[in-house]
Amino acid sequence: MLCDVCKCNDATVFLTQILEGKMQKVNLCDACSKEKGVQDPTGFALADLLLGIGAAEEIEKGAPTQRCPVCGFTQADFKKTGRLGCSSCYVTFGEGLNTLLKAMHKGTEHVGKLPQRAHRAVELNDRMRTLTENLQKAVAEENYETAASLRDQIKQLEHELAS
Amino acid sequence: MKFSNVMSTAGEWLRGEGPHHQIVISSRVRFARNLRNRAFPGWAKKAERTAILDLIRPRVEELPEMQDSFSELLQDLSALEKQVLVERHLISREHAAKGVGSAVVMNRRQTLSIMINEEDHLRMQSIRSGLQLKQAFKLVDKVDSALESKLEFAYDQRLGYLTACPTNVGTGMRASAMLHLPGLVLSELINQVIQAVSKIGLAVRGLYGEGTEAMGNLFQISNQTTLGEKEDEIVGRLTKVIETIIGKEHDARQVLIQKKSNTLWDQIGRAYGVLTYAHAMSSKEALNLLSIIKLGVDLGAFPEDRRLPIDELFIDTQPAHLQKTSQQKLNAEERDHLRAQIIRERLKLFPKPDISKIMRESGNGATARPSNNE
Repeated sequence: MLCDVCKCNDATVFLTQILEGKMQKVNLCDACSKEKGVQDPTGFALADLLLGIGAAEEIEKGAPTQRCPVCGFTQADFKKTGRLGCSSCYVTFGEGLNTLLKAMHKGTEHVGKLPQRAHRAVELNDRMRTLTENLQKAVAEENYETAASLRDQIKQLEHELAS
Repeated sequence: MKFSNVMSTAGEWLRGEGPHHQIVISSRVRFARNLRNRAFPGWAKKAERTAILDLIRPRVEELPEMQDSFSELLQDLSALEKQVLVERHLISREHAAKGVGSAVVMNRRQTLSIMINEEDHLRMQSIRSGLQLKQAFKLVDKVDSALESKLEFAYDQRLGYLTACPTNVGTGMRASAMLHLPGLVLSELINQVIQAVSKIGLAVRGLYGEGTEAMGNLFQISNQTTLGEKEDEIVGRLTKVIETIIGKEHDARQVLIQKKSNTLWDQIGRAYGVLTYAHAMSSKEALNLLSIIKLGVDLGAFPEDRRLPIDELFIDTQPAHLQKTSQQKLNAEERDHLRAQIIRERLKLFPKPDISKIMRESGNGATARPSNNE
């Protein structure tokens, strides 16, 4: 099992914490557990750790006060309420949330019901994937005529996806 | 439909006729849905919340399932009326705390209830008597599909339906059943069951959900996670686990009859005595004693036709129902007196527990009525 923070070393520290009746789990490698101060369990909260991961990454990116462009929600608001601001927050705070969701749920991907609208989007995305693969192949084979045609089709599809 | 109509007719699930109804009081399935790119209710400003409500409410009211529905803004309901709906599990405690910008719409049979601007823009719930999770799921699923054609829900290809709280993301579905487990409590096996259930990703809670105490030997069991598992798989898994618990409860009851009969008769006798003669009773005490009488009916110590009056008392003795019936606001002491009075009146014609009847049935061994294959 890989470390939830660096995602490259094997996890050796497994933490389980029950917060407000909800179980949260996180797996860390030796180096990351030291860095996060997990060796000292006093005053250590798993939620802080999980949210801290996202925050640390943002600071590196030079965006310490990340704000959802749609609703203006910040990470501090999430820390306070445990709820998100709008559906776009899942994109804005994606990385930090993924770790949280992984610890919370059975899987990391939805496998259930699809809204009718999403059916169409899935089809378009599948087509997009095939076109992109074909384009790469065409370029690799120096088949520029096909590549140009594929590029036009991708542009057209991008337009459809955006609408 | 007016509130008085809601009050005067008990919901279908309260009449208790579903499969395994002796042990499974009710089955519920709820979906959480949100509109795309609109602030979730907890974050939206009042104006936006109201705009979202105005967008959703007419779509909900025009559903064929909602003909002759009860539809009300939360700010137009009194605190007592909200509490009555909570006691009937038609709205959540969180929703009862809401005011401007929130609403509830429910059908006449009280099997479908839709909360607008609770924690999510839409919380759609179906509630059925007994173990009918699949049926409850089908109804909510149908309503969801109908609404989805008119409202654009927040949905992500990878994460599924997006919800205000990350614990609901994916299916947005919570399936739960309310179980009456006096046998497992009396034989002190309940903690084992709770532990086993929590190990397989299911949650056990008290009467009114998260953070509430288990009273009246009533337990709510539900799925804990919503991402990475299909809806019908969740419902199927939960149903199987509940069927196992039903079996365990029946076994525990049989063991009590055979090995601890004195304790059991003592419990039933005491519950009957206190309920018949007490003049003050808290709702917690009432629930705990009524639970034992209900067990008595299951085991045959009271005639089967006494089941409904007992089931009704479970709800009618709750604080808000009590005050709504008496049409006045009462303090705790007055409520306890009124509660005891109502119970005494309803139990007036209730026969004494007939223990010999249970003795004879348990003596027959395999023909004992509460069998594992109910």
